Amino acid sequence: MKPSPFDYHAPTQLSEAIGLLSELGDEAKLLSGGQSLVPLMNMRLARPEHVVDLNRVTGLSDLSVDQDRVRVGAMVRHRQLERSAELVAANPLVAAAASLIAHFQIRERGTIGGSLAHADPSAELPLVACLLDADIEAQGPSGVRRLTGSEFFTSVFTTQLDESEVLTGVAFRHLDPAEGWAFEEVARRHGDFAIVATAATTLFGEDGRYAAAGLAIAGVGAVPQRLDAISLVGELPSDRLWRSVAAEASSRISPQGDIHATAEDRHDLARTLIIRSLSRATQRAKGGDPR
Amino acid sequence: MKARAIHLVVNGEQASGEVMPRMLLSDFIRDDLALTGTHVGCEQGACGACTVLLNGRAVRSCLTFAVQADGASITTIEGIAGPDGELHPVQQALRDRHGLQCGFCTPGVVVTACALLRDDPQPTTQAIREGLSGNLCRCTGYQSIIEAIEQAAAVGASTSADGTVA
Repeated sequence: MKPSPFDYHAPTQLSEAIGLLSELGDEAKLLSGGQSLVPLMNMRLARPEHVVDLNRVTGLSDLSVDQDRVRVGAMVRHRQLERSAELVAANPLVAAAASLIAHFQIRERGTIGGSLAHADPSAELPLVACLLDADIEAQGPSGVRRLTGSEFFTSVFTTQLDESEVLTGVAFRHLDPAEGWAFEEVARRHGDFAIVATAATTLFGEDGRYAAAGLAIAGVGAVPQRLDAISLVGELPSDRLWRSVAAEASSRISPQGDIHATAEDRHDLARTLIIRSLSRATQRAKGGDPR
Repeated sequence: MKARAIHLVVNGEQASGEVMPRMLLSDFIRDDLALTGTHVGCEQGACGACTVLLNGRAVRSCLTFAVQADGASITTIEGIAGPDGELHPVQQALRDRHGLQCGFCTPGVVVTACALLRDDPQPTTQAIREGLSGNLCRCTGYQSIIEAIEQAAAVGASTSADGTVA
């Protein structure tokens, strides 16, 4: 099918884009990479009256790594994340997550800002933004607002962004060179939407016990979820520990069944992927699986 | 909702048109420019038949509006072979290895393979399989396409960064 008719706006300045959103209200939709919006428009599931294209807005496409942070402009494409040696060195988890999004032709267009603002419940970058509590920057008529990745997603396809705000960029912390990480997902076919995805980070103390760990999961609820209260800290790594963490995590999620997987399947996948993530992140922290 | 003038370079030649904002780049290429080698399968980004190079990057032309391509450089399947019709090494390899049957997916496969080999001139078989995962073929079972891309890589097929064929 073809999209229904719309008016097209191609601002070159961020202020113009924000002005258009304020003026046009909920008749307007921001177009970023278009890899989710355009299919929705082609299927007429979305029929915006106005499309405000961000592709010509200057200043949104920078990827920079400074002392302690990785700053990614909203219009940076997934393919750039995947192929940036600088990013892989500073935060390989973000690059690995980006590389699992759809197919490379989609990643050539799809953007990090678009992915975060779209807020698909099983999407990769929202999961990482949630796990690492990324610093998300939005700009609206009243100025700049900073939002945190762990609170940014409020429901299915819904975020804390206001209608007249543009997500302008996101900053991630570096991963410690000694920190292990993992991103694991199960999809029906390579490049499909994940049914369930998990991400983890681990850091060890000199005593060989976990000194820090993070774990988050997507595809089992309306938004990605951090499993903060589940603590590995102070424990020695073992298959048995991971299994008990997975069992506990599984008791805290209440996935819904849908056409892609039943609730029970999602529970099973969650357990398996948590074990896999913790194991992989642990291996990487111990240098068994270099970046 | 008025038509807009767009000017772009397609396969090295200037092209222009008047398009409604909702016109997909794939439809502009096929209907307005009469370059029907770019195929349209699913119009939701799944099948890969409409893949073209947009400023050198392999993208779905069905998920881009023609107005967005104003000022851009596009390479379609018609721009891959040499000016005298000499097959590009990727095309030759597909022919040699029987990498196509009905041919519907082939334009997207060829454009995809050119972009892949430019970014990674000596891909592993796994990298080829991943690179091809966004192109559906219902005839070949893919094996012969993978072999063809391996052959093309072996003879050093690649495209330059702006998408023109080397």
